Amino acid sequence: MSGMSEAAAGIQPRERDIARRETLRQLAKSKTLIAGVLIVGFWVACALFGSTIAPDDPLELTDVVLAPPSGAHWFGTDALGRDVFSRVIVGASETLKIAPLATLLGIVLGTTIGLITGYFRGIVDESISRVIDAFLALPLIVLAVTALVGLGSSNTTLIIVIGVAFTPIVARTVRATVLGERELDYVDAAKLRGEGSGYIMFVEILPNITGPIIVEATVRLGYAIFAVAGLTFLGFGVQPPSPDWSLQIADNYQLLSSGTYWWTVLFAALAVSSLVVGVNLIADGLQQVLDR
Amino acid sequence: MIVFALAQLLPGDVGRNVLGPFASQEQVDRLNEALGVNRPLVVQYWDWISHFLRGDLGTSLQYQVPVSDLLGPALANSLKLAAVAFVFVVPLSIIGGTIAGLKRGGIIDRVITVGGLSLTAVPEFVTAIVLILIFGVTLGWLPVTATAPEGASIPTQIEYLLLPSFALVAVLFGYIARITRSSVMESVDADYTRTAYLKGLTRRQVVGRHVLRNSLLPTIAVVATQVGYLIGGLLVIEKLFNYNGIGQRIYTAAVNKDFLMLESGVMIVGVIYLVATFVADILYSVFNPRIRFQADG
Repeated sequence: MSGMSEAAAGIQPRERDIARRETLRQLAKSKTLIAGVLIVGFWVACALFGSTIAPDDPLELTDVVLAPPSGAHWFGTDALGRDVFSRVIVGASETLKIAPLATLLGIVLGTTIGLITGYFRGIVDESISRVIDAFLALPLIVLAVTALVGLGSSNTTLIIVIGVAFTPIVARTVRATVLGERELDYVDAAKLRGEGSGYIMFVEILPNITGPIIVEATVRLGYAIFAVAGLTFLGFGVQPPSPDWSLQIADNYQLLSSGTYWWTVLFAALAVSSLVVGVNLIADGLQQVLDR
Repeated sequence: MIVFALAQLLPGDVGRNVLGPFASQEQVDRLNEALGVNRPLVVQYWDWISHFLRGDLGTSLQYQVPVSDLLGPALANSLKLAAVAFVFVVPLSIIGGTIAGLKRGGIIDRVITVGGLSLTAVPEFVTAIVLILIFGVTLGWLPVTATAPEGASIPTQIEYLLLPSFALVAVLFGYIARITRSSVMESVDADYTRTAYLKGLTRRQVVGRHVLRNSLLPTIAVVATQVGYLIGGLLVIEKLFNYNGIGQRIYTAAVNKDFLMLESGVMIVGVIYLVATFVADILYSVFNPRIRFQADG
């Protein structure tokens, strides 16, 4: 990225356009990226239009309890007689709201902190870095559970907790990139022109480090879905009666040991797996093209 | 350790949370008084941290027994589970990563990289459930619970721990293998490797003495940072398998708003992470003379 951004930082807007088009062309050729986009796109479409595609109301209770997969119920029904196929189709909608918003929050806060610490260095940098280290000593899920107990579980608190938990990690990545960038000539040039620190950070440096930030955002999105899934499974995330996949698994996994009723869990498990794998494929594809 | 000051600030009205919304304000105040939670936060924090350092974790609000009596055995159980997971994941992922790194771009490399990436991305409870379905329910090879019957022999205990630890292995494998792979690739390209080949060493000698030794360094660092993740994973896995470990304790404490136990549990997790990082630093310098000599000089 840095090689390209140096070129793009030049005065010629035409050159920058060419570089950008080249990056897009490479992105369009990446098989990993395309596979990821297709999978994630499928689930986004399901989340958006799922309620019209789904054959039954995902929340409707019926007398047909724990029916195995059949023509009427492709994926069977759960313990409350709800159609599993319909629930799987719309099962991503909640996660796909929370995870991107949490990621966005973490990226915005983390980028700001990373820019400030990386640009100013000195005592601000030192003290914030120590706090970041302390944060990183705790696994995300333990931190989130503790915070959610104190704040109570709702979609909003979930977004805030995950977003704030991501902030130090994003800040660390951005800071490392800024450290390299601030030594470059265009920063010195801006300083000589008498530009303020805020202008240099957000107008000069920020556009040149979008590559690493986009990669970081996709990686974080994967972790956000992972975190929402784990927290929901534990009962601290998305609350019933939402047809969320992890909630379906949490509700029904105890039926597994009997050996029957596998359909109440398996399809939701496959769905959530495919979504996180899809997001990670996107992250991987972007990384290959945008990094260096 | 600043984190724990944050954790202290979060709970809000402890007495109200313990007694529920129907208790009178007077009762709530009395409980708060008895627990000492109405004192200034700084005093509370100091009290708690100084007791913690002396090994006195206080009394569980929910069970009314010392927290250390509950967390001690739970920690031992968790360490057993984590040990089994590590025994599998470290050699597996180092071997996998090395093979992938040596056969870069080949089919085996693709399988290990993409497979590892997918396993890492999938939430551990999903992996665990698929494992239960395959090995526990369909094939019936392994027990689907984690706790062995009372007085079971050590091999039996380990057998019961296999399924939960495999779920943790699945998540960690891709990550560790990926780091090993990239550092193996780096050292394969390095000058000293070429020199070693030119000296006339066989491939086996070059890989064993030069490539592996140099590429294990970053792996050690990653394994240590994954200890932190591992404990996060324990929270979910122990709940899923109903295994009485530290994760399960933190979970129950969180559900029942047993703040003292929750804080102590979280604190222990933090301490374990710090210890793991410290051990990794030491190992790092043992394997890397450059750092060792720097420290001496």
